[in-house]
Amino acid sequence: MRPTELTIAEGLAALERRELSAAEWAAACLDAVERLNPRLNAFITVTAEQAMAAARASDARRARGEAGPLDGVPLAIKDLFCTEGVPTTAASRILDGFVPPYESTVTAQLKRDGAVFVGKANLDEFAMGSSNLTSAYGGVENPWKRGDAPGVRLVPGGSSGGSAAAVAARLVPGATGTDTGGSIRQPAAFCGIAGIKPTYGRCSRYGIVAFASSLDQAGPFARTVEDCAILLRSMSGHDPKDSTSADRPVPDFRAAVARGVKGLRIGVPREYRAEGMPAEIEALWQQGLAWLRDGGAEIVDVSLPHTRHALPTYYVVAPAEASSNLARYDGVRFGRRVLRQGDDLRAMYEATRAEGFGREVQRRILIGTYVLSAGYYDAYYLKAQKVRALIARDFAEAWTKVDALLTPTAPSAAFAEGEKQDDPVAMYLNDIFTVTANLAGLPGLSVPAGLDAQGLPLGLQVIGRPFDEEGVLAVGGAIERAAGFRAAPEVRA
Amino acid sequence: MSYRIEGATGHWEVVIGLEVHAQILSRAKLFSGAPTAFGAEPNSQVSFVDAGFPGMLPVINRECVAQAVRTGLGLNAEIHLWSRFDRKNYFYADLPQGYQISQYAHPVVGKGSVEIELSDGTTRTIGITRLHLEQDAGKSLHDQHPTKSFIDLNRSGVALMEIVSEPDMRSPEEAGAYLAKLRQIMRYLGTCDGNMDEGSMRADVNVSVRKPGEGFRTRCEVKNVNSIRFVMQAVEAEARRQIELWEQGGTVEQETRLFDTARGVTRSMRSKEDAHDYRYFPDPDLPPLVLDAAWVEELRAALPELPDARRARYMRDFGLSAYDAGVLTAERETAAYFETVAAGRDPKQAANWVMGDLFAALNRTKRDIASSPVAAADLGALLDLMADGTLSGKLAKEVFEAMVDTGRPPAAIVEERGLRQVTDSGAIEAAVDAVLAAHADKVAEYRSGKDKLFGFFVGQVMKAMAGKANPALVNEVLKARLT
Repeated sequence: MRPTELTIAEGLAALERRELSAAEWAAACLDAVERLNPRLNAFITVTAEQAMAAARASDARRARGEAGPLDGVPLAIKDLFCTEGVPTTAASRILDGFVPPYESTVTAQLKRDGAVFVGKANLDEFAMGSSNLTSAYGGVENPWKRGDAPGVRLVPGGSSGGSAAAVAARLVPGATGTDTGGSIRQPAAFCGIAGIKPTYGRCSRYGIVAFASSLDQAGPFARTVEDCAILLRSMSGHDPKDSTSADRPVPDFRAAVARGVKGLRIGVPREYRAEGMPAEIEALWQQGLAWLRDGGAEIVDVSLPHTRHALPTYYVVAPAEASSNLARYDGVRFGRRVLRQGDDLRAMYEATRAEGFGREVQRRILIGTYVLSAGYYDAYYLKAQKVRALIARDFAEAWTKVDALLTPTAPSAAFAEGEKQDDPVAMYLNDIFTVTANLAGLPGLSVPAGLDAQGLPLGLQVIGRPFDEEGVLAVGGAIERAAGFRAAPEVRA
Repeated sequence: MSYRIEGATGHWEVVIGLEVHAQILSRAKLFSGAPTAFGAEPNSQVSFVDAGFPGMLPVINRECVAQAVRTGLGLNAEIHLWSRFDRKNYFYADLPQGYQISQYAHPVVGKGSVEIELSDGTTRTIGITRLHLEQDAGKSLHDQHPTKSFIDLNRSGVALMEIVSEPDMRSPEEAGAYLAKLRQIMRYLGTCDGNMDEGSMRADVNVSVRKPGEGFRTRCEVKNVNSIRFVMQAVEAEARRQIELWEQGGTVEQETRLFDTARGVTRSMRSKEDAHDYRYFPDPDLPPLVLDAAWVEELRAALPELPDARRARYMRDFGLSAYDAGVLTAERETAAYFETVAAGRDPKQAANWVMGDLFAALNRTKRDIASSPVAAADLGALLDLMADGTLSGKLAKEVFEAMVDTGRPPAAIVEERGLRQVTDSGAIEAAVDAVLAAHADKVAEYRSGKDKLFGFFVGQVMKAMAGKANPALVNEVLKARLT
């Protein structure tokens, strides 16, 4: 048995049968990280010693019969979650030297349930990007290769690129991510794994470096839908420290995965037929619908008429909130400070933020500052909020007819480093199918469903009603079983 | 009579509106659990939320909201059951988040009013535009080091109420009276201690001038004035500056100014063009603040009696003059003290003792009424000892002074010092006889018509009895002996 090949469900079963120890599992992961991370660059920080100590403590708990629901499961943590005593960078120079004296609620809950943290995963700087190329710690290599060009480095997607690549390459069986406009679902699709962004408010945002507060949600990556369900249960729940977290019970997500789709009505939003979308993706979408129909679901055409405004709306709302959220990185209290002889406060701000933030982050701060400015607020921010309400209404309308929606996750398979780099708008188009769920606060899951002609994975997205992660997982589970996706990337442990 | 400033071109009227920042009395800050004690070691009252650390989120402190609602109710204002927090964005070293959370567009309290009394006995109603909740910034210390500024974040995140008035005031006196009234109401409510020297209350003063009968002219805002006296001075200084400007053919530009207390003038701080663009937008970390109407009614029902109502009651039920009632209700603690003394006793006598002997003693000992050396119940007991004849008025004063010095109850002092009034008629008769025998000449003069000598005999008797004789009995015995 190769521990790195185990899913979380398999690994937990093996631990319970004492066929595997948490220490062995962690050691196998750390060994894989040591061998492959220099190439993949999926981790910014590897916490080998802490991981081994945590794994041994987990084994001791299991021996005492006190194992938690995730006891001994090695995980990668997106380096946007503050982890007590472990550097947290948000992949930005501006957080150089920052070691949080506190733990995010989501990671605290994972630890509470026994998870073992292998390290902090790479990401786009402040989670702003769809390629992981905006990271101050360098890009992450997608472990998948194009059949006709195995030497070309492909991006893992973003912003949670390190988390997705680490899971796909079997460095860890699961990881945390955050999703503001698609940052879990798009990299999951690019890396051939599953990832779910739950309903806004399902997971606490406390201790997660904020990008856009009204859109940010944490969620898990894993190689199976069931594993995502297992992780999500530990990550979810009301947190009095986050006023936007939802005070409602956390269901047994895992039980929903095998529920099937019999009798469900699945919507096909006609506005998601993007112009220029590859035929392979259209074909996979139809295939997905056919699988669900075969599973007993009814397929219903629906309209989400404001969809075409979603991307512009997102690129007003998210930068606006970011411009304010990132004001605290000013060199005064933590992180990087650039202070030249004779500089006053303003010069210190300018130098610190000019050197500390990368170009994409600066671009979004400028966009956000602009759309909130006096004289432009009504035309941009206020208008965007109104459109956002209309988008949410489109979905509410759809839920009167269907139980879930099926769409492609992204308009393409993973692209190469260098592609789409010159034109920020081309990069932003990656989010075209995913931003709507963030704007409306809905749960969205990406499940690997097939390969394109180059052998690259493609994902399908399931969007569900608010707080109906169970329904989303049920549909995702049905597609996963029908697709029988077994392919693995070139680069793996 | 209306306040007017005499300029070269005739009379000018002053128009004043105040924005008062009042620190809410609460144990914890507005959005974090950190404590709010004044005068603590720098940066000792700071949570990671207050310091703007990554991933930290605000959580509203319900007690601060209750305090704002209480204050709104005390200002006869409408309470908005739906309000919202916005972010006011600007960079400064003592603003850790890079924005202040404030209720810009949708305040928790709307229109209200307060009544002020002026020295000529007239009253005026000043409109309240709104009251909103916001967090305070930290403090920058520029005088601790030759090249560095120090930052103290103890204040960062402390809950403030910004109370905005209508431009209803027309004189420095009205501005001062309004501030004093606001402070009195908040102290009664226990929502703000009103200590301007500690910065718990500060005012931005909006001033414009106009010819009587005109519409409003351009106003200037004098920022952060920290005493009632300075507010009154700033109004006058700023009004005179504007009048001079208008009369010289100039124009008043809308700007923010500072009051130089040393020189008694206002100085420009920044013009409208330099004004920050605060880029207000709803704080996405905080859902709208939705209040339950029943909860507001609970707070209303639990409000203490406010100064205006209490003053009216003192005049109506106790028969006190408007002046005395005003003095006794000025501070909640004074009123409470007075009511303890007056309970079941003669309210006018109680008022005289509190405003006379007690206030004098507090002045002398430099104490306030909350730390009075004489407890209210003890002063009441002293009044009882007078009423039952144990003490004469003169003895009572002596006992009171001993109470101030020792803090002991009057009965104990009377016992210890043997100050009990002598009402034994045998002893008094003996003393009277001795005095009359010793002053036979004066007795003869009295009997021949020199009535004024009666007082002399009283004095001699009292002296012989060390002041302890019951004066009424002395009078009675003397009269009987001398007729």
